[in-house]
Order: sequence, then structure tokens, then C-alpha cells
Amino acid sequence: MVALAERLQARRSRFEFVFDRPRVLGTLFLAPAIIYVLALVGVPFLLAVYYSLSAYTVYNPSYHFVGLQNFIDVINSGVFRRTLANTFIFTFGSQILGLILGKFGALLLLRPFPGRKIVRALIILPWVVPIALATVAWEWMFDSLYSVINWTLIALGIVTRTDAPNWLGDPGLAMLSVIVVNAWRFFPFAIVIFLAGITAIPQDVIDAATVDGAGFWRRNYQIILPMIMPIVVVGLVFGLVFTFTDLSIVYLLTNGGPVNATSVLGFEGFQVGIISGDVAHGAAISLFMLPVLFILVIVMLRFIRRQEI
Amino acid sequence: MPRLVNTVARETSFYGAVAFFVILAAFPFYWMLITAFKTNPDLYNVTNIPFWFNQPPTLEHFRYLFEQTLFVRWMLNSLIIGLCVVAITLLTAIPAGYALTRLSGRSGEALGIGIFLTYLVPPTLLFLPLSRVITWLGLQNSLWSLVVVYPTFTIPFCTWLLMGFFRAVPREVEEAAIVDGCSLFGAFVKMVLPLSLPAILTVIIFTFTLSLQEFVYALTFISASDQKPITLGVATDLIRGDIFFWGEIMAGALIASIPVAIAYNLFLDRFIAGITGGAVK
Repeated sequence: MVALAERLQARRSRFEFVFDRPRVLGTLFLAPAIIYVLALVGVPFLLAVYYSLSAYTVYNPSYHFVGLQNFIDVINSGVFRRTLANTFIFTFGSQILGLILGKFGALLLLRPFPGRKIVRALIILPWVVPIALATVAWEWMFDSLYSVINWTLIALGIVTRTDAPNWLGDPGLAMLSVIVVNAWRFFPFAIVIFLAGITAIPQDVIDAATVDGAGFWRRNYQIILPMIMPIVVVGLVFGLVFTFTDLSIVYLLTNGGPVNATSVLGFEGFQVGIISGDVAHGAAISLFMLPVLFILVIVMLRFIRRQEI
Repeated sequence: MPRLVNTVARETSFYGAVAFFVILAAFPFYWMLITAFKTNPDLYNVTNIPFWFNQPPTLEHFRYLFEQTLFVRWMLNSLIIGLCVVAITLLTAIPAGYALTRLSGRSGEALGIGIFLTYLVPPTLLFLPLSRVITWLGLQNSLWSLVVVYPTFTIPFCTWLLMGFFRAVPREVEEAAIVDGCSLFGAFVKMVLPLSLPAILTVIIFTFTLSLQEFVYALTFISASDQKPITLGVATDLIRGDIFFWGEIMAGALIASIPVAIAYNLFLDRFIAGITGGAVK
């Protein structure tokens, strides 16, 4: 017994320098996470930059350096310019639509009413269910022949069966469809973000404003909105990043078509880099996301930091 | 009297708006549900009213899904991937989150934000080089490639989530343990970890659901049918030739959606607290 206790004592003291020094233990604790992230995010990122400057393909894996040639090729391609424009239309279209729906939805859910919990649980669904699965359901709803949307439109007498819209086959409608599906996926998140922000505002601030004669709009846009700004910006950055770089909705719904009408950056990078095996040009296309991501990250940092002061 | 009319009108428009939102959000899932239980002749008849059963419901699609497809295998794959990713994430994110809040001093917070920002690096930026890395590791076309890659977004997210929780643990807890003869490490294991069990549970739930929701990496790395996780399998593998088996696809999507939907609804508030991090006190 005594011997065991002594042994334990001895073992403890041997590791004491690790277990008792915050610096040493902190470094040890941090190392696995940092190494993992550096190895599988940092290194691949540098690799992506390097690929974009080389002539690397799956079939000819040479690291022959070609400078900015890939970027020049990419910019000169009509498909890419179309893709870039599509990406911005897709991102801003769906974010604006999603935010409008989110703001109104949040106003509704703010008020207590019977069944609010169930309503909230149902409204949150589009955002929590894996987007690939929800997109497949939408694909079925947009089906060229058995579309339930078209069935309803026909039943209401708005269109006839012969001129029913081909949602995913017409370039304009296809873009509208991917925007709607993405806005649909995003608006519950916007609701939740707005709600989290508004409920964090002390009620007496709003009461004081009301007593001082501030009307509904004034309270909304001069008191509540500025106060929930940080949380809304953080949420918006998330929405923008994940929409701007999205691949799954476009891939599953339209496959970039018809004739590149809905091709976005993430999809085009996948198409060129993975399907065609032209890693160098694919990497160059993906890297065109960087400037936008960079700006968004800076916005995010400003708002996270401001809160700490 | 006009006041009553006003109230009625306001209430009606309020509940009308609520109904609009519920239908908008939930209709695709209702559509999944009803498609999954409809017989094929009922599904593929444009003269039928599509919103309800015109023929008795059937379990045929579910039977087919479980007996004739790799659906069970995909569920198993997703389970394996999820559990491994949870294990890796817990082992790395818990110590990292603790170190960043307590042990690293002032630089911890900045480093924490740095780690969190890597969560914003999108899969579509990294999938090309990562697919090369996966090939070097000899994991191409294997579910283990996803076990390796998914922690790249779960570790940053969960570290950030845990930082928030550890910050809320009062320092006195560890100080008392250290006064009683614990080492710093001992205080962490014996005092802080048991107190953080709710946080750890949250991390487990979110790691698992994030790995279930992921699609881009799975699509990029895996083309062998029997290695696919459930989301990828249902979305891409139930189409033969040009024919979509909508009954089976919707049945599969329904089954895969339910656990995630329940988990999120239970843990939503914590997710929001995590995602907005320092933005709200």
C-alpha cells in the first residue's frame, strides 16, 4: 500500500512540470487541434494556390509552373464569366429573399400564441434537414411532368397543361428555382438569428422608447435594428459564405444547366477540377472565391472584436 | 363594434401569415412523406389530386429501399463516419477549447477566433487539393476519407462552442481543486470536465449532425456505391439510368432527415449561442 502510494507520488512528480504549468499544458492541449487544422486546411489551401499556378491535371500530374496563365485562361472563357455573374445573382438574390422572409417570420414568432413551439419546430426544418435531401424533394416538386406546383397552377386556372412552366429546363426559371430553394433553406436561419438578437434586447429599452413616443417603425429601425446589428451581421456572413460557395443545390437541381444558366463558382470548380480532372484550372476557378471570402471575414472580425471592448 | 372587427381582422391576418410560413417551410417535407407512402400508379397519374392518397397508402417503397438497395449499408456508413468524427473532435476540441480559455492568456482569444475562421473556409475551395491528399493517403473512394476530412470543420466549430462554455465555468472551481492538491491537469479532468457534460453532449450532437449534413466532400471523394454516406447515397444513387424512383428516394430522404430534425430542435438555442459566439453577451 505504502509502496504504491510512493510510486504514485513519484510518477506524479515526474510529470509535474507538464501538469502544473499552464504554458506547457496549454501548448500540449492546443497542439492536436492546431496540427489537424494546419495539416488539412492550411496545407491544402497552399496546395490549391500552387495548383492554380501550375499545369497539373489528374492525367498529367506535373508541377510545371505556368504563372498566372490558368487565371488568364479562366477569365477569357465565356462560361466562367457567366458563372461569376450567376454566383453573384444566386448569392444576393437568395440572401435578400431569405432575409425578408426571415425578418417577417421573426416578427410573427416574437408574439406568444398557442402552438408557437410546434410552429417554430416546423419553420426551422428547411435549415436543419440535410440540404441535399431537401433539394431532392424540390427536384421532385419541380418535375417537368408531375410537378405539384404546376398541378396547383393548372387547377387554379393560371396556366394550362400545354404551357405549364418547365422550372428546371428554362434558363430564367432554373435560376429562379435555385434562388428560391436556397432562400427557402436560409430563411429559418435568418428567423432564428433575428429572434436571438431581439430577445437579447432588454425590454425596458423598448419600453423607454415607447414612452418617449417612438412609433413601431422608429422602434424597429432606430432602436432594435442597431442593437441587433452585431448578431445579424455574424449570421449574414455565415449565410453569404455558405451560399457564395455552395455546390449541392445547383449540382442536384440543375447540374449547372440548362447550358450553364445556373452554373456557380463552386459547381464550375467541381466540374473542371474533379469531373474533367483539370485540377489546375479547377483550382484557379475556386480561388476566385477568395476576395469575397476575405472581405466577409474582415466584416465578421470587426463585429466579433467590437463586442470585446 | 369596429374595434371587434379590427381585432378579428388583425388576428386572422396574423394566423394567415403564420400558416403561410409553416406551409412554405414544411410543404417539401409533407411532399416527401406523402410520396414515400403512395403507390406508383397513384404517383404517376397527372389527373389525380396530388395532395392526398387516391389509392390506399403502401409500404412498398420502404420495403424496396431496405431490401433491394444499399440503404442499410449507407445508414451504417453514416453511423461509422459520425462516431469516428465525434471521437476525433472530442479528443482535439475539448483540450483546445479549455487551453484557449484558461491556459493561453491573452493570445488565447485571438487564436480562438483564428481557429473559428477556418470554419468559414468552404469545402469548394479545398476539395481539389484535399482529393489529392486523400489519394496520397490511399483513402480514395473509401468512407475513411470522410472520417479524416470532416474534423476540419467540426474541430473549429466545436472548439469555438466549447470556449463559450468553459468561459462560464467559474475559476474558483479549479482553484479549489488545486488548493486540495490536484495538479492543473487533475483539476481539469476531475472538476471542469464533469461540469461541462452538457456542453460535451452538445458538441457530440452537432458534430454528428454536421457530418450527416455534409454533401460536397462526400460527392467529391466517393463514387463507390457501398462506401457512400446516407445523404449522398439517397441523393445520387437511387436513380437508375435516367429514371428517378421518387417513392424510394423520398422514403430514404425522410428516414435520413428525421434524426437530424429532432436533434436540432432540441439543441437549437445552444447552436445559435455557439454560432454567434462573441456577438451577443
